[in-house]
Amino acid sequence: MEFEKTLADRNLQLTPLQVETLQVNVGKLCNQACKHCHVDAGPKRTEMMTRQAVERCLEIFAAHPQIKNLDITGGAPELNDHFDFFVVEAKKLGRHVLVRHNLTVTLDPHPVSGRSMRYLPDFFKEHMVEVISSLPYFQEQETDAQRGHGVFEKSIAALRRLNEIGYGMEGSGLVLNLVYNPVGAYLPPEQPAIEAQFKDELAKRHGLVFNGLYVITNMPINRFKHFLERAEIYDDYMAKLVNAFNPVAAERVMCRSLISVGYDGTLYDCDFNQMLEWRVNHGMPNTIWDFDLEKLRSRKIVFGDHCYGCTAGAGSSCGGAVVK
Amino acid sequence: MSSYYESKDLAKFSDIGKNRKPLWDKFLSWYTEATATEGALTKREKSLIGLAVAHTVQCPYCIDAYTNQCLETGANLDQMTEALHVTAAVRGGASLAHGVQCRNIVEKLTM
Repeated sequence: MEFEKTLADRNLQLTPLQVETLQVNVGKLCNQACKHCHVDAGPKRTEMMTRQAVERCLEIFAAHPQIKNLDITGGAPELNDHFDFFVVEAKKLGRHVLVRHNLTVTLDPHPVSGRSMRYLPDFFKEHMVEVISSLPYFQEQETDAQRGHGVFEKSIAALRRLNEIGYGMEGSGLVLNLVYNPVGAYLPPEQPAIEAQFKDELAKRHGLVFNGLYVITNMPINRFKHFLERAEIYDDYMAKLVNAFNPVAAERVMCRSLISVGYDGTLYDCDFNQMLEWRVNHGMPNTIWDFDLEKLRSRKIVFGDHCYGCTAGAGSSCGGAVVK
Repeated sequence: MSSYYESKDLAKFSDIGKNRKPLWDKFLSWYTEATATEGALTKREKSLIGLAVAHTVQCPYCIDAYTNQCLETGANLDQMTEALHVTAAVRGGASLAHGVQCRNIVEKLTM
């Protein structure tokens, strides 16, 4: 398996496009410890972005109006003490802010300080933050199998609160997107079909609504890779991804229009490369402190065999399938 | 050979087309349209039917393939289990329904 050879065989040149999104991982602390998590996030992780680094990211936004979106991720990004400041200041700069919100963080106390996080839905609403939340399935059994006992029930309660204040409601302007990823070593369903099923089932069972469902393929790295290896199905899963390689999806991979920022300010081509600690390469300025957008436009994106996860079937990105 | 059925052999299914390829091509085209496209039935519904039939014909390759296809079309284990109960019920029902033949013969032979 060689992802770059696959690209070369099909004469695909995946060069960087205009950077539209800065995806910033503000830390690995999380109230959950999900089995599939490529970040290996959890309640005992201590890596956190500093105020100084957050301010530097804001300087980058101020200097580069072409970067339209701030996509904040973690861990549970809300657990970073500078999260609120980051959102408020990015909105002042006119940026669209998306938060990778795991739902349960609202209901659990902060794992370190113990402070309540119940203010979050109203905070999101006040600043018109787009909320993107993982919900592996519309049933308890599958969701808890991946994300831990009791997560489904709390997720439903958190979704209910978001709906109550207008999130996911037509005409409210408050966007609530859900994220589906398979509860195991198989490819995700086609996005429109599973979105329709989620909408139907969540409405019928719980009276809940949401805007869209992003379908994401499980990446064969870190915690999920360990699961595959323990089950002795790593090779089978990789074969499945390789056999499903889609050149159209390859041309639309997210790393072409996104820069990923680590909690310590290091730059990566995507969140997955970040977790593998594969920095942007070839002598590029590779931290927020020497950020140079023009040079980054000429970089060569760092690929690995995990990239087959983004190019299988309808493709996969932080915004779901890339072939609609 | 350690076993007649090896899971890795499923990937060799297309080798059948190495001989008399036009026949294989016709089969594959029809098979794909029948089992893996949206039509009057959704792909998920077709996958569940495929899973039920796979258990009826008790083909390990088909069970593997359709279990994967069910998961990859968003079916859950409750739905898959219900499909297996339909399989088992129809098979069991078929046996019982043939009891009518038995009763007919008994009626004919006895006073």
